[in-house]
Amino acid sequence: MSYLQTAPPHDIEAHLTEHDKKSILRFITCGSVDDGKSTLIGRLLYDAKLIFEDQLANLGRIGAGNGREIDLALLFDGLEAEREQRITIDVAYRYFATGKRKFVVADTPGHEEYTRNMATGASTADLAVILIDIRQGILQQTRRHSYIASMLGIRHVVLAVNKIDLVDFRQSVFEEIAVDYMLFAKTLGFASIQPIPISARFGDNVISASKDTPWYTGPALLEYLEAVRLDPPVKERPFRFPVQLAVRPNADFRGYAGQVASGKISVGDPVVVAKSGQRSSVKAIVTFDGSLAVAAEGEAVTIVLTDEVDVSRGNMLVAPASRPFVADQLQAHVIWFGANPMLPGRSYILRTETDSVSATVTALKHQVNINSFAREAAKCLQMNEVGVCNISTQAPIAFDAYKDNRSTGNFILVDRTTNATVGAGMIDFPLRRADNVHWQATDVNKGSRAAAKGQRPRVLWFTGLSGSGKSTIANALDRLLHARGKHTYVLDGDNVRHGLNRDLGFTEADRVENIRRVAEVAKLMADAGLIVLVSLISPFRDERRMARELMEEDEFIEIFVDTPLDECARRDPKGLYEKAFAGKIANFTGVSSPYERPESAELHLETVGHEPVALALRIEQFLDRRKEGNEL
Amino acid sequence: MSHGNLQRLEAEAIYVLREVVATFSNPVMLYSIGKDSSVLLHLATKAFYPAKPPFPFLHVDTKWKFREMIEFRDRTAREVGFDLLVHVNQDGIDQGIGPFTHGSNVHTHFMKTIALRQALEKYGFDAALAGARRDEEKSRAKERIFSVRNAQHGWDPKDQRPEMWKTYNTRVGPGETMRVFPLSNWTEFDIWQYIRRENIPIVPLYFAARRPVVRRGGVLIMVDDDRMPLQPGDEITERLIRFRTLGCYPLTGAIESDAATVPDILREMLTVRTSERQSRLIDLDEAGAMEKKKREGYF
Repeated sequence: MSYLQTAPPHDIEAHLTEHDKKSILRFITCGSVDDGKSTLIGRLLYDAKLIFEDQLANLGRIGAGNGREIDLALLFDGLEAEREQRITIDVAYRYFATGKRKFVVADTPGHEEYTRNMATGASTADLAVILIDIRQGILQQTRRHSYIASMLGIRHVVLAVNKIDLVDFRQSVFEEIAVDYMLFAKTLGFASIQPIPISARFGDNVISASKDTPWYTGPALLEYLEAVRLDPPVKERPFRFPVQLAVRPNADFRGYAGQVASGKISVGDPVVVAKSGQRSSVKAIVTFDGSLAVAAEGEAVTIVLTDEVDVSRGNMLVAPASRPFVADQLQAHVIWFGANPMLPGRSYILRTETDSVSATVTALKHQVNINSFAREAAKCLQMNEVGVCNISTQAPIAFDAYKDNRSTGNFILVDRTTNATVGAGMIDFPLRRADNVHWQATDVNKGSRAAAKGQRPRVLWFTGLSGSGKSTIANALDRLLHARGKHTYVLDGDNVRHGLNRDLGFTEADRVENIRRVAEVAKLMADAGLIVLVSLISPFRDERRMARELMEEDEFIEIFVDTPLDECARRDPKGLYEKAFAGKIANFTGVSSPYERPESAELHLETVGHEPVALALRIEQFLDRRKEGNEL
Repeated sequence: MSHGNLQRLEAEAIYVLREVVATFSNPVMLYSIGKDSSVLLHLATKAFYPAKPPFPFLHVDTKWKFREMIEFRDRTAREVGFDLLVHVNQDGIDQGIGPFTHGSNVHTHFMKTIALRQALEKYGFDAALAGARRDEEKSRAKERIFSVRNAQHGWDPKDQRPEMWKTYNTRVGPGETMRVFPLSNWTEFDIWQYIRRENIPIVPLYFAARRPVVRRGGVLIMVDDDRMPLQPGDEITERLIRFRTLGCYPLTGAIESDAATVPDILREMLTVRTSERQSRLIDLDEAGAMEKKKREGYF
């Protein structure tokens, strides 16, 4: 940390106590490329004498040859690629304090490509310093960053109109931009916007008033940051305690460790387990430094309950009078980071602070146009786009609206194959649909229907390239099973596209939806007691996994019909490869669209040199080996 | 809520420690014996209380640490009763690699970076906790709290995962591991204040005492044992010195100081004009030295 002090204090104890109690301001610098974000913070620290001597000396060494001026941006651009390209790629955190306040500043990148890193910095900030190059005015990135800051809950903005020296310190240019920004930001709901004319390069209005802008009577940047009042807590928020883990050192102790997300709790207070609604009360609040009578927002503690209730990671202890939502359907604002687009119907892992579930975007309601903030229809979200989505989770999760609680109202989306963080969500509200459409319990159930047929329901999922032999083998197996009196049905990819899925094309988004519908139909048929043979190219691992997870344990059997592309093209039963190679069919699997080979299929059938009937017999034998009792 | 700064940092670190234990199957804590490791050990004791920290501690020993560090390590492990693993790169020892003969770059690469990779692979750890802080060095200022390393332990600074709020993505693929830094947001000053508040034991080398040193290229190097080759003109003098950071003794410069207690150190820090890693020779090898080491698997 850098700390401004000229002489050591006489009373170090008193000094430290005071220092520890100073309020903290977390802020980001953002805005478009080359607006001078890194330079501004470098200038602020330099002028306030908050940079260590050896760090300054190092700047000289790296920046040699760039003239006599110190390149202050190099203080932050800590990566080699950043120094080479002279841009900021990732967010840098820097810590400093003045006599009045402590600061954590996140210097974020301006390039659209690195929006995810700007969002990373903004997600934990209280205030945004948005830079504008006075010669450029408001750019798309100014709008994008303003929108993201607002969406993430930042309430205060400093509009740092930079490079004022390049327009001869003219008041009119500054005011025009300030007015433009105020107009455009009206709908973003910031609590305060403070425009300041600055020159990051020369330090005008950075830590003290510039003599070249006598017409500006407002505070310099640092003065403002030291003085700005953050929103005082409106009222006590309800108690939320997301459980991180159970602590059980021995049979006599069982506690729940976590950090109080909001509100407070006292020994003796009643609590409710959010997901189950079970009630208990607080027996003890345990910490290493002794037991507490009360724990409040932000404290990391371990709570012991009076009753043995079922609580595990992902659940929450909450105030009985004011509970969070518990639902498996919700609406959220989602910002997309992934290089591959967000596709409705595709399965992702949804991670809240402590919970993790499979989730699907069931609908993309609209996308937000970053320039006009207008709502626009869209089929998918590309990288750096923001949209409003309906999301369905495989199991209910406990949450609040993001506007009420930033801790319990957020989530990230994780790609199931690469484990990359591909999106971040701010929950708006639960969708009531889930509450009002209850499962209708039927007296005759899956088990009794299957028993009447003398079989075990199965979903046999044939995946492979077009022309690999999926339908032929499925058909042969169907005949074998039918001859043994089994009740079967073949769901063929081509056939369903004539009816159920005739509104779908072959884009990635449509293919995902195609598979989702077929999987849901297969699930209904299995529920009816049938053995379902699904013959579908299903090129993506994610969707095959989604289908697998829809079914019961051991019900889903993935069969990889493995025929080399050359062989499929040689067989070309429908003449499709010829057209595809001629460029007449877009998104043709294996030719112009990828096929992701199964990694853990139950059966891997290499077709070259084997008759379809022989392969069908192999599947039948496999099923027989898996049978329980005399059922297939 | 009006919590003090230290209380907030402590809670954040405890939260991170618990996330690691809740989501990884075989985590380890890197224990480097320095002040940050001492703070991290203390926090681990707090995070799981009344249970003990549910992971082992790993020290990667280069065999060139200050003797007092090793004494402190063994005493602490005995007194606190934690499970201490010590790993040395035996290949490096066999090849006779050391800072005087091979230079700081080669020494650090073989005895720290490679050694760490060996140890992580030997025990199959999927997450490694360490006490690095963002204010130490400017490539560290860019790193996430949960930082993914590929199967070769490399860090890709251009493709870090977004890290939103404190909703951490703790998933790793086959072969990948996670490095986790619970003290990311602490400053050197925070560390010292916390050591004072919590009475955390630290290696005595942090406190001023008269010690034998030679001056090498403007840096004061302590003569910790007789492996130090003396050159003509080298003069061993007794000076009142202490260390701001601790590493391998030939690579760690001392500062002249009379700060003999933690409050003395805090008072000194309020007027100091140089950064703590100024005396760490390995950071100064070349521009971007730390980033390069991190990409190769160093912490």
